[in-house]
Amino acid sequence: MDFLTLLQVLDTSVRLATPLLFACLAGLVCERAGIFDIGLEGKMLASAFFSAAVAAISGSVWIGLLAGVMASVALAGVHGLASITFRGNQLISGVAINFLASGLTVLIAQDWFGQGGRTPSLSGGARFNEIKLPFADLLSGLPYIGQSYAELFSGHSLLVYVGFLTVPLTWWVIFRTRFGLRLRAAGENPEAVDTAGVNVIRIRYTAIAICGLLCGLAGVYLATGLQAGFVKEMSSGRGFIALAALIFAKWRPWYALFSCLLFGFFQALSFRPDVVKAVTSLDVPGQLLDALPYILTVVILAGFVGKAIPPRAGGEPYVKES
Amino acid sequence: MSVLPKWADAILIPLLSILISFVISGLVILYLGLNPFEALRLMVTGALGSSYGWGYTLFYTTNFIFTGLCAAIAFHARLFNIGGEGQATLGGLGVALVCLAVPWPHWTLALPAALIGGALFGAAWAFIPAWLQARRGSHIVITTIMFNYIAAALMVYLLVEILKPEGSMDPASRRFGPGAELPLFSDIFGLVGIPFSSSAPANISFFIALLACLLFWLLVWRTRLGYEIRAYGHSETAADYAGISPVRMIIIAMIVSGALAGCMAINSVMAAERLVLNSVEGAGFIGLAVALMGRSHPVGVILAALLFGFLYQGGGELALWANIPRELIILIQGLVILFTGALDNMVRMPLERIFLMIRRPGRQGA
Repeated sequence: MDFLTLLQVLDTSVRLATPLLFACLAGLVCERAGIFDIGLEGKMLASAFFSAAVAAISGSVWIGLLAGVMASVALAGVHGLASITFRGNQLISGVAINFLASGLTVLIAQDWFGQGGRTPSLSGGARFNEIKLPFADLLSGLPYIGQSYAELFSGHSLLVYVGFLTVPLTWWVIFRTRFGLRLRAAGENPEAVDTAGVNVIRIRYTAIAICGLLCGLAGVYLATGLQAGFVKEMSSGRGFIALAALIFAKWRPWYALFSCLLFGFFQALSFRPDVVKAVTSLDVPGQLLDALPYILTVVILAGFVGKAIPPRAGGEPYVKES
Repeated sequence: MSVLPKWADAILIPLLSILISFVISGLVILYLGLNPFEALRLMVTGALGSSYGWGYTLFYTTNFIFTGLCAAIAFHARLFNIGGEGQATLGGLGVALVCLAVPWPHWTLALPAALIGGALFGAAWAFIPAWLQARRGSHIVITTIMFNYIAAALMVYLLVEILKPEGSMDPASRRFGPGAELPLFSDIFGLVGIPFSSSAPANISFFIALLACLLFWLLVWRTRLGYEIRAYGHSETAADYAGISPVRMIIIAMIVSGALAGCMAINSVMAAERLVLNSVEGAGFIGLAVALMGRSHPVGVILAALLFGFLYQGGGELALWANIPRELIILIQGLVILFTGALDNMVRMPLERIFLMIRRPGRQGA
């Protein structure tokens, strides 16, 4: 395998890792605040549809982005209502949100566009197009470093760069700000937060809103960056891979970056069976690569490789003493 | 402290929740440009207006009874088994292997064998997450989700690479022999002279599902094991104190749960007479809605499964006649799960207030 092929695979990994990364960080913020969210998938899907649909109608990807994020935040609001205000089961609520999204998107897509649950394909200003970093063409002649710069770092859509910048931002917010401290405390020991006179409910709602925003970006990238339009069930389990990546990352932003890149890499490999065969000289079935993130997560969860300890108060509604 | 009388808890709250879900679904249908009552009429005629419709409705109902029971037994142990889908997938593999391995002479032999095969495979697929939860503390919700995906990938691999007959493009196993053909409702009702559509897939598995409900009831409410499972579900610490092993409870409840999901395959796979990709078609997830709606009681599960069977078949008819995609049923399913499961308190809290208001004057008089 030559260097260019490697770069191509890595380039695809970065693209495929981006939606995982957004969703994973969304889950991170939410779960750190003590709210389990298995509805990442649904929020991503809803956002993918509404961003593509509105971008197709308006011709502007930015209006699409707004619509997608709003749809995702709205679903996050439902999750908040169920799991914070009405103290319902957060897992059940997440499952419900996934179904709501997967049903609604197709119904509305059929009603609006009549193309069997897809949107028209997007082009031009209705998409996030690839950005060429400065000097990419100039440096592409330079072996290794220049090639990597031109192939791997340059030529992604804006949201990919935003996604990678979200990692340090999330780290900073969670570990270096007062809000982040309170958010983590709300996920570990909400009673203590309450005793300190801080509103647990408000913190958790804020976390859920951030989660909605980030899931929204994941969906927007999926439909307007990675692909050009919405197709039925296009999130195809990415919300759950992101959840797996979150556990793999032990609820830490920087680890999340690496686990998402790793899982993105597996996905990229399953598109290139020829590369896998050339390198390992084994006939690795593509399905095994598809299943690898899930298998790895189970192994991690089983505690055979390190221990993943979730936030202590995760999944429990907070009931204020009265 | 239970403010609500038992009937309100078991019947009134689920009914109100379903009503809310249906009203919202009606509004969505209205938005899509169809009169909701017209849609309902189409669904009723399509699903219940003919023996053909009933045949499909009860076929789906059979699937949902099994997966509903699968989720219900886990709920009793306060486990959230979201892996019914994967367990039913593996159950399908078990059933298919049994049907393919032996040239069965008659269905009376094939059916029990297939039932055991499906149940074993389903139970095995549930056992791993159960063991991981019980022994290693891995969260069962996450592991069962992961196992759904692993099952799906495994199935693609097996069907494409191994089970597919030579020269076929279709990722499906070869046909089962004629000895593995289950009697359809048309055969069964034909014996007593009742005509029933012979093109509908409802078959003898429906009665096995009903039998499973009876056994489920006996197990949960009439045996020591069932008592232990419920006790564990109510309070792990109390159960532990009473000498009930949490490890044993988790593993047993999940094995039963997985076996029930696996049994679904006698209906879905044996009726199709071969193993195809995605033979479960989301029934594992609908089981969650069914169990939540049926309050994890077999009678409730049967009624909820019937409702979803009706929705499933009716939704198909709606897609055929009114240009409303089948996904409507997924939306309704989501709404039912949301309102009967996650937003339970939204209905319960105001209701409790009303009951308190009614009760108070009575107490003062006494």
